[in-house]
Amino acid sequence: YIHIINKADMAASKGLKILVGCKRVIDYAVKVRVKPDRSGVVTEGVKHSMNPFDEIAVEEAVRMKEKKLAGEAVAISVGPPQSQETLRTALAMGIDRAIHVEIPLAQLEKLQPIHVSKLLAKVCESEKPDLVILGKQAIDDDCNQTGQMLAALLDWPQATFASKIEPSQDSKQLRVTREVDGGMETIDVSVPAVVTSDLRLNEPRYATLPNIMKAKKKPLAKMSPDQLGVDLQPRQEVISVEDPPVRKAGAKVESVEDLVGKLREKGLVK
Amino acid sequence: KLQSSISDPMTSPPPQLRSQVIALYKNLLYMGRDYPKGYAYFRDRLKSVFLKNSGVKDPDQIKVLIGRGEFVIKELEALYMLRKYRALKHRYYEKDEATTSATTSSSDKEAPTKTQ
Repeated sequence: YIHIINKADMAASKGLKILVGCKRVIDYAVKVRVKPDRSGVVTEGVKHSMNPFDEIAVEEAVRMKEKKLAGEAVAISVGPPQSQETLRTALAMGIDRAIHVEIPLAQLEKLQPIHVSKLLAKVCESEKPDLVILGKQAIDDDCNQTGQMLAALLDWPQATFASKIEPSQDSKQLRVTREVDGGMETIDVSVPAVVTSDLRLNEPRYATLPNIMKAKKKPLAKMSPDQLGVDLQPRQEVISVEDPPVRKAGAKVESVEDLVGKLREKGLVK
Repeated sequence: KLQSSISDPMTSPPPQLRSQVIALYKNLLYMGRDYPKGYAYFRDRLKSVFLKNSGVKDPDQIKVLIGRGEFVIKELEALYMLRKYRALKHRYYEKDEATTSATTSSSDKEAPTKTQ
């Protein structure tokens, strides 16, 4: 699949078309509880909201529209019926229209980034965005894979952990500053490209009630994985989900002899 | 319910103000869903504050109070943003990582408290 954008000066063109991915996850402030049967975490009746890194992605798309760098911003979410609420939040923040790829409940728990990236790739074939912005990772599974996999499937360049996105010096590419171990890296990528958002990319606006109400009028299209021809066969099986081990209290020692004595007691030293 | 506009039309505030007050109440209530101390805590205090001021008739005074309510909305937005940013920074980034100059300017504000 090849999509070539007119490499004219970005400032003069109609603006980029941006596709933003949003995931519905358990709210970041909720105290997550493991189910007694250790098959997963409790989600029934638990507050859910948009993945915080996806909020940052949505905010960036809206800001690029405000700066006239982008012409159209479309939000997409792969998930259960309630993902529509997540999309409505994106629309309330300033996204133009939304796409909901609805996943039947039975397949929801087994959904992995490999499936999501394939679904997104299929949508990119028809939507033909110039830029896809995703959150760098979801706070529920912390996979940090979907953006990278999507770029590979589309054979597009990727700029992950973005803390700044701007036109390049010659305005023909995007200059992305990335947060990497030990500092920042600035790269130029040609469009179309996949970018994943990091924490310091921007501060997302709050979707107030009046904006949520206005968002109800914006278009929201529904799609199914079958329509997109993507197989959702799970590649992984969750064996068990458990609480992290409780940290045992440490013990303070007065001298080296004490330390060696304690280590001997525990059989760690002969 | 929120404003006693049942009295004499000569001293009653204009109807647009009434709908503005109701809209403000609804917007604040919506924001209460994310309040750290819980929705019920927020809703009870919001209700009592509005009831306390429900006798105000002077349109200028009402506008001042509406302004105050809108200020609280802005404070709540800042509070929520700061809380979320700090939680994510704590969870995903090394403790003594040097903060970059990037876009942290407005996030470094002190967390505002809910005012009456």
